[in-house]
Amino acid sequence: MMPLFFAQADPPAQTDRVALFMFLAFVAATLVITYFSARKSKGSSAYFAAGRRITGWQNGLAVAGDYMSAASFLGIAGMIALNGYDGFMYSVGFLVAYLTVLFIVAEPLRNAGKYTMADLLAYRLKPRPVRAMASLSTLTVSIFYMIAQMVGAGALVKLLLPAISYEQAVIGVGVLMVVYVVFGGMIATTWVQIIKAVLLMSGSIFLSILVMAKFDFSVMKFFDSLTAISSTAADGTEVTRNFLTPGLLFKNPWDQISLGLALVFGTAGLPHILIRFYTVPDARTARSSVVWAMVIIGLFYIMTTFFGFGAASLLGPDFINAHGGTNMAAPELARALGGNIFFAFISAVAFATILAVVAGLTISASTSFAHDFFTNVIHHGREHRPGEEVRVARITAFVVGALSIGIAIILGPTVNVAFLVGLAFAVAASANLPAIVLSIFWKRFNTTGAVCGLGVGLVSSIALILVSPDFMKENPIFPLKNPALLSMPLGFLGAILGTLFTHEPSSEDKFTELEVRANTGLGAEKATEH
Amino acid sequence: MRLAIARDMSSPDNAPAAPDWDAIARDPAFRILLADKIKFLVPATIFFVIYYFALPVLVGFYPEFMSREVFGSLNLAYLFALSQFFMAWILAGLYVVVARRWDRDSDAVLKKLGR
Repeated sequence: MMPLFFAQADPPAQTDRVALFMFLAFVAATLVITYFSARKSKGSSAYFAAGRRITGWQNGLAVAGDYMSAASFLGIAGMIALNGYDGFMYSVGFLVAYLTVLFIVAEPLRNAGKYTMADLLAYRLKPRPVRAMASLSTLTVSIFYMIAQMVGAGALVKLLLPAISYEQAVIGVGVLMVVYVVFGGMIATTWVQIIKAVLLMSGSIFLSILVMAKFDFSVMKFFDSLTAISSTAADGTEVTRNFLTPGLLFKNPWDQISLGLALVFGTAGLPHILIRFYTVPDARTARSSVVWAMVIIGLFYIMTTFFGFGAASLLGPDFINAHGGTNMAAPELARALGGNIFFAFISAVAFATILAVVAGLTISASTSFAHDFFTNVIHHGREHRPGEEVRVARITAFVVGALSIGIAIILGPTVNVAFLVGLAFAVAASANLPAIVLSIFWKRFNTTGAVCGLGVGLVSSIALILVSPDFMKENPIFPLKNPALLSMPLGFLGAILGTLFTHEPSSEDKFTELEVRANTGLGAEKATEH
Repeated sequence: MRLAIARDMSSPDNAPAAPDWDAIARDPAFRILLADKIKFLVPATIFFVIYYFALPVLVGFYPEFMSREVFGSLNLAYLFALSQFFMAWILAGLYVVVARRWDRDSDAVLKKLGR
């Protein structure tokens, strides 16, 4: 099939105005939500956990909104559009990962914890060392992930709205996320994520329908068109490839296996996802919210078939490369099929996507610092003044925002930060997950084990990234892009050896209590009254 | 953390003092509940991990085999990747079904012990 060519009806300036208008409409809506949330965000439970009154389907949408980053929306669509099948295979792990969340983590966490991942670990272990390590790991994961999002946001807004500079975009995104979190806390963050999920799904469904309309809604016609996609190779020759064939992008299978480990086991250790389960009334609602999230996330990634492959077939890789590359495949497809208004809408969706994720990261970092580090490590679990914990969280959110803006501006739009996302997942899988799993299932597990597991997982993930092909261009010491294949077994090994070399009878005694709490919900934190 | 729990326990809806965790943990019905959970979770987790990692392994090491077209232009690689979504949804559905039974069992344990 020949790539279609589309006349550009409107001058770019007008597209800019429409897109800017939609950006501003979204921002205005979120600020109204923040205003109303601010009045309800009184007290720790309201501020950190939205009063635990979010319903199952709402939290499912919010988890999806917290999770699906611009990298998965625009990045995966672009990977499929330029290299076919391999991009689609990449997207599978993002859904399968939720089986780990559903089976192992969501319900025990909700039953035994209060505001953070560390609550579950501190239960039966000595709280101060465990919380200090867990907080360090949470801050590392959240800040790495945040910087990746911020640099991506700046680069993206620049492509979508050329009138806005990289620095302006980074500052804009950073200021908005700080405003949501400082004033609106978890309630505002939740609603920003819900609106984003609805917008993202609407945009994806509409885009998929427009693509399929071009193929008279025949799935076979659609897939037939993918068997011969022509593009220009690096040496200038024309090549025709079957885009359903694996191996056009990924060359080393071990890279995919290692990345798969990081995704499938790391998602259940991502602090910004885990804290969402504290916003619902009980463990049963936490369960139903994972199921809702799986429906939404699964449908979304299946739809990448239509708009990712659709862009390959209808626009062609050469057109996409000439119009902004990977990240622009979905917006350009929207422009080609639905005009400048739809392009502007998809751009606004991408912007909403970024904001929802960075807001989730900001509140996860600030909750962990305030609750784990400030209240529990420094102040031994007591608030010296009422409302102190929330105040510390607000200040932390501000500092995290300022830091992220600063780092993103220093790095600039050209630095490739994709590895930071892989690193965040790797740390989550190698440090957080072993500690969580062993804490729930292993009676013998103790404080030394948790601190060793968290430490070894964190340090080995970072160290292996530094000697990976992303950093050492020639002859990397570690051959894989994602460290999880080695760092995750190391994290488990650290946790197990640390445990076996020490004795801590109190941790074994308290295991009984955790076991009962995690499995029955007895004594779990309750939702606040209206 | 400990303080917060103590505070919760003293609220009016939760009249009794700290629950006797050991008594619940020793209860045969509670042990059966835990054994039931393990009986589902361990095989289900092993299954989905193998099913998922079969994808990068087969596609990465046997690309020719996975490129075989089985249904029009649709090849094994695409169909297997697509099947992962349904595998995840089906397992999640099964989990919800068995978890409802666990909910009843756990409520029964608590009720029996006067909670």
